[in-house]
Amino acid sequence: MVKYIGKRIVYMFITLILIATASFFLMQTLPGSPIASYNKLNDTQKAIVEKKYGIDKPKPVQYAIYMKNLAKGDLGTSFVFKGKSVNDLLAKRLKPSLILGAQAMVFGTIVGILLGMLAALKHNTFWDYGSTFLAILGISIPSFVFASLLQYWIASEWHLLPVGLWNDGWKSSVLPSLALAMGPLALSARFIRTEMIEVLNSDYIVLAKAKGANGFEIAFKHAFRNALIPLITVLGPLAAGLVTGSLVVEQIFAIPGIGEQFVSSIMTNDHATIMGTTLMFSAFLIVVIFIVDILYGVIDPRIRVSGGKG
Amino acid sequence: MTKILEVKDLELSFHTFAGEVKAIRGVNFDLHKGETLAIVGESGSGKSVTTKSIMRLLPESSAEYKNGEILFEGKDLTKIPEKNMQKIRGKDISMIFQDPMTSLNPTMTIGRQIMEPILKHQKLNKSEARKKTIELLNLVGIPNAENRYKMYPHQFSGGQRQRIVIAIALACNPKILIADEPTTALDVTIQAQILELMKDIQKKTDTSIIFITHDLGVVANVADRVAVMYGGRIVEIGTVDEIFYNPQHPYTWGLLSSMPSMDLEDQKLYAIPGTPPDLLNPPKGDAFALRSEYAMRIDMERRAPFFKVSETHYAATWLLHPQAPQVEPPALVIERMKTFKGSRYYVDQTGGTV
Amino acid sequence: MRNENEQEKLTPEDFERVTIDAHHSERIEKPSLSFWQDAWLGLRKNKAAIVSMVVLLLVILMALIGPHLNGHAGDTQNLRHANLPPKIPGIEATGFFDGDGKLAGKKVDLYEMKKVDEYYWFGTDGLGRDLFTRLWEGTRVSLFIAFVAAAIDMVIGVAYGGISGYFGGRTDDIMQRIVEILIGIPTLIVVILMIMIMDPGITAIIVAITITGWIGMSRIVRAQTLKYKSQEFVLASRTLGAKDGKIITKHLLPNMLGIIIINTMFTIPNAIFFEAFLSFIGIGLQPPAASLGTLINDGYKVMENQPYVLLFPAIVISVLMIAFNLIGDGLRDALDPKMKD
Repeated sequence: MVKYIGKRIVYMFITLILIATASFFLMQTLPGSPIASYNKLNDTQKAIVEKKYGIDKPKPVQYAIYMKNLAKGDLGTSFVFKGKSVNDLLAKRLKPSLILGAQAMVFGTIVGILLGMLAALKHNTFWDYGSTFLAILGISIPSFVFASLLQYWIASEWHLLPVGLWNDGWKSSVLPSLALAMGPLALSARFIRTEMIEVLNSDYIVLAKAKGANGFEIAFKHAFRNALIPLITVLGPLAAGLVTGSLVVEQIFAIPGIGEQFVSSIMTNDHATIMGTTLMFSAFLIVVIFIVDILYGVIDPRIRVSGGKG
Repeated sequence: MTKILEVKDLELSFHTFAGEVKAIRGVNFDLHKGETLAIVGESGSGKSVTTKSIMRLLPESSAEYKNGEILFEGKDLTKIPEKNMQKIRGKDISMIFQDPMTSLNPTMTIGRQIMEPILKHQKLNKSEARKKTIELLNLVGIPNAENRYKMYPHQFSGGQRQRIVIAIALACNPKILIADEPTTALDVTIQAQILELMKDIQKKTDTSIIFITHDLGVVANVADRVAVMYGGRIVEIGTVDEIFYNPQHPYTWGLLSSMPSMDLEDQKLYAIPGTPPDLLNPPKGDAFALRSEYAMRIDMERRAPFFKVSETHYAATWLLHPQAPQVEPPALVIERMKTFKGSRYYVDQTGGTV
Repeated sequence: MRNENEQEKLTPEDFERVTIDAHHSERIEKPSLSFWQDAWLGLRKNKAAIVSMVVLLLVILMALIGPHLNGHAGDTQNLRHANLPPKIPGIEATGFFDGDGKLAGKKVDLYEMKKVDEYYWFGTDGLGRDLFTRLWEGTRVSLFIAFVAAAIDMVIGVAYGGISGYFGGRTDDIMQRIVEILIGIPTLIVVILMIMIMDPGITAIIVAITITGWIGMSRIVRAQTLKYKSQEFVLASRTLGAKDGKIITKHLLPNMLGIIIINTMFTIPNAIFFEAFLSFIGIGLQPPAASLGTLINDGYKVMENQPYVLLFPAIVISVLMIAFNLIGDGLRDALDPKMKD
């Protein structure tokens, strides 16, 4: 197990270095030079930046400097935002994104699991069809369409919640969280339903019934855990979906989060910020997948000992 | 002998997309205290469904009890509410399943799985239940029970898992133990151990066992009485000697002839021709007639009633009707019948036919 | 046991022996079905999938002929006709599609106000372009991108996974190490980076979507190849002297066909989504080109006052996604019983 984790961590670093390298060189080929933004800086700022990042030096040297700074955790300096460091820029925007992501994740998966269980326990009834239909809608309707519609009806037409921005306490977070939650909700509902139906048909459930267990005990004591474990495997795609969703949902609701920052820095050719955000998203997703794999080994006793295949 | 379970005219159907599958079409048998009744038959004959219907383990959405009753301690199990049934399952009647690899919950320690029925049905606290669990593990021959109690199913071999399943079944000293092909999925050597274990336990606890199998070798080893099922019906029932040495139904003849025998090495193994009947549209008369070389015209028209062969032996075949012609069973069966007192081919020690 | 020795009139004829050819009962009654017939039989039972197929065909048909139906070109700008709400002849009397729109918060017939005699079925945008025509043009572009991207994903994925799985050994080792690293890179990041360095347009989007899109397919195909490669029928064929090419085309591919189709059915909606996503955040197709994503983006900007601009492309993209997902589900149930509930 320790060897396995070690190997995975090495892979994680290779992947991150690769992404950093690729994004660095891709940025260089971008149309729209960073010099335009660079020229917005005043002379003292220019001097600092030049010294720190070696702007005047050849590309390979710049790359080496960039990677060295990265190793120290320094993501660089945004030229667009008057020489502000990308670290500060992103740190300030982390909170709204995290709150939205966490709320969407928790709400989405819990409701999704409940819906999926309901569908499986009431297999081939109205409840099953209803929640399956809801799940299909959730998987199919793009998050930005759903977010736009929520904003139009609930905020603009009925004035129930704020249209956007991050200045009205929890109320500001309701609609964006809801828009983001549709994906996890639908995915987990579908997944739990399929797993649960399979588990409920398994021999050990019949044995549990033969022991005299009642419907509740069968559903929650025996079936639930076994159906829930495989859900961990979709946490990776789920997190990826959340990140993708956050780009558009934050945009639509004008939330000052990482996703909104990413999109706007693409628009303004803010290279350092694009790279910093790219790395942050990548690191987040890679770590999620890593944790998922480890978690899977911890939770399911069937694979706990062997620790998964290398 | 006291009857502990009576199954009367049981009929059960499954509602499927293709239509109504008449899986059980009138089954009658009794189970006595302390005996082992084996139910034999090929796949799809309804033997598993019969036992699952006793425990009401069939999916409620598709299975329907059409007729008949299952009497246990004066109650008809087909009619009592699910709540009461839950109090019987695992306590009075418990079950061992075919595949020990899939019948244990993979994410629960075996200790908890064994304790579950104890805690549910008996007034014991956790530590008492734990003690009982370890006793049970010792009883079924799991060494080092105190430590292995906390392990998960995947840490045990197939044979050991079946022992654990047996421990679960025995947890509340059930009056009836239903074993649904408990040895089919195991290696031959392990099979013998499990059978020995079951016989041993029966001696100690005086439990009645319904033993489902398609392996006649196993039947000879464990059973007191045998019921032969075909096409959702019992076609012949009797003591193990009566079924093995004085069979009456052509299907039983076929089964016995298709059993490999050590003494008759050079003979080709007999196979019953054809396939079991389609229970979506079950045949009108004797379900076996289409595959039987002894079929008579009446077999195609009407199902045979049970004809009494002895106090304990009944067979549902028109061949036993007084008007029916005498037929010769297959040679192998005649060989067997020669050794059975009371059969028409019996040869006593002096060599004369009775 | 009841002894029912009922002494009814049973005639001696009743006890006549009859001989039945036992082989009759072994006759195979069902006609043998080909892979496609079997799949079709399975799919036909799935009402949702059938309805989806009909709907999908309609949308595709509209994407082909829709832009020519009402005589307006999608790129003709006519500022006098800007921001007109939907108006369809025949059903305008019902109160829907009657050309009523909001102006300064009040409901007025904008067609009457602007003295427009023509009908714009789904209204017009801020430049006076006919939205009905643009919608179907956009749908056509989106579908084109999705189909091409899915086809490329399929070809690369099947080839890569098949080679890796079939030849195994060192080849497989190297190819899988590459995949392991690629799979660690989040799709979104790759897509956005790729699209940023290329000239915006259909090609850029297709390349961006396919650059990592094939990995899923390749993993599935590799797993399937490994599974079938070691099975007895392949071994038997090899023993009989079959060459690699024959084994792959005659034994492996036909067995994997189902799962390849299913997976492709799920990559199509994914590609539709990514195109729309990229266009929505502004780095996909650039105006005046229309795709579902750009149309939704345009619609979103004027959602407050002209919600119909957003509504129609939003409906079409949702319907497309739902239809593809339902067909994918249906095919999965029909082709691959192991994956069924």
